[in-house]
Amino acid sequence: MSATKQELQNEVAALVVSALNLDIGPDEILPDAPLYGEGLGLDSIDILEVALAVSKRYGFQLRADNADNVHIFSSLASLTQHIAEHRVK
Amino acid sequence: MPTPPLTLPPTLPLIAHRDLDAVIAWRGGVPVGARQFLQEVGQVAEQLPPGRHVLNLCGDRYRFTVALMASIVSGRVSLLPSAHTPEMVGQMRRIAPDLFCISDQDKGGVDLPVFRYPEPMAWSMDAVSIPQIDCDQVVVQVFTSGSTGMPLPHAKRWGNLVRNVRAEAALLGIGARHAVVGTVPAQHMYGLESTVLMPLQSGAALHTGHPFYPADICAALDALPRPRVLVTTPYHLRALLAGQVAPPAADLLLSATAPLSGDLAAAAEAAFSCPLHEIYGCTETGQLATRRTTAGAAWQTFAGVRLRREGDAVWAEGGHIEVATRLNDEIELVDANPTRFLLHGRHADLVNIAGKRTSLAYLNQQLNAIPGVLDGIFLQPDDGGDGAPESVRRLSALVVAPELTPAALMQALRERIDPIFLPRPLLFVDALPRNATGKLPSQAARAFLASLLAQTTHRIPA
Repeated sequence: MSATKQELQNEVAALVVSALNLDIGPDEILPDAPLYGEGLGLDSIDILEVALAVSKRYGFQLRADNADNVHIFSSLASLTQHIAEHRVK
Repeated sequence: MPTPPLTLPPTLPLIAHRDLDAVIAWRGGVPVGARQFLQEVGQVAEQLPPGRHVLNLCGDRYRFTVALMASIVSGRVSLLPSAHTPEMVGQMRRIAPDLFCISDQDKGGVDLPVFRYPEPMAWSMDAVSIPQIDCDQVVVQVFTSGSTGMPLPHAKRWGNLVRNVRAEAALLGIGARHAVVGTVPAQHMYGLESTVLMPLQSGAALHTGHPFYPADICAALDALPRPRVLVTTPYHLRALLAGQVAPPAADLLLSATAPLSGDLAAAAEAAFSCPLHEIYGCTETGQLATRRTTAGAAWQTFAGVRLRREGDAVWAEGGHIEVATRLNDEIELVDANPTRFLLHGRHADLVNIAGKRTSLAYLNQQLNAIPGVLDGIFLQPDDGGDGAPESVRRLSALVVAPELTPAALMQALRERIDPIFLPRPLLFVDALPRNATGKLPSQAARAFLASLLAQTTHRIPA
């Protein structure tokens, strides 16, 4: 992984932790472990919360009908990848 | 528009659309007429397997509606449990051994025989009659979580369901020209009533989607003709208003499942250029009152519904309500009027997180039923703090389970309770501070939790 990708992934991990008030450090989120359901255990209310934080920070809206919602949130790495491809700021 | 019947006739029609060409649904920008809808209902009804009990898991609202109506016209009962966890599905199966699920996905995702929703279906310009349904027919069983751990069934009969949603449409002025889009699942009582049955029984059209993100909700609404209605929750509204999207004009907003602050209601009315009404109800009674939040705090009951105070308790009865039901909220009648009231929050044992309801007694029962758990208790989130009522606060749990790892316990809980109730944090302790009689007063438990949170840095985030 490139240094910038790693930086973005760290930044997204920090965003998830702060948006949801999780009692863990950003570095405790495993890049390939599921965010939704098992793993980190996020639910749809959390996903909406993270989506808001993402739209504010990166300037684009998440959509469920043109991208696979479950896939985007399947892991920190895939969320980071989606942000890298769609961010406008 | 059809008015709510005060006394029920022997039968009521499946839909209230004036003719077979009336639009009943919008799918991907395409209108579906009542004729096609009724023909598809008939085809699905013919293909259903023999079981009399149905778990309708269709995520697409149109397919859900066709499957529900096919179940009704064929005399089947649709079960609406409060969650689809393996534990809950197992309990549904024990209650109704012939239960099968209808799914529009390849995998049902639950341990039940699956009937795959058939699509595409053929339809023609042939006339088709609108089925009349016996008002006494039980069409839906909804379940609340009883304190014993067994789900409690509440039978919904056709006549009273129709009376309920026609009363709603009449109060809100919804009729044949309206299109309705919902952000809540059809499998939830509020979603069933306001996004499925109300459109069908007011001659309106339902949007087939279940938009989730703010941009999705705006796009779904924008694609519908006016007048258009958005059926949503405080959480989606807050996200919509904070989400840096420009909401399209709407004609009515409906919110339910949790209280909405006056500020958010006013902001939503400004953003969508239309009135916002809140709906109040519970699983047992269905929807029973409404208010325009910006016009005052008092709620108005639906036609025929009356509230009665008896000691500390308030009971709802009349109108569409099957049996007098004790309400699980702190309620004050306005000027002793049985149709106007103020809502002052929930009873201490009732849990409501993001519109999902259960009781601490039920959650504690589930926690303590897990092998390896010696003792355990759930605690309500703090009501204090500066959060708006629409922000989500989670439960905490204290548990004595020396043989279990946190991950194993969370997994066991996940199989039993809705994920929204999973504790954050979940703390492992050596013992709970029970008093001499074995009781754990909630004040003592909260103080114990606070002292643990102050000293520990190792918490489990769910």
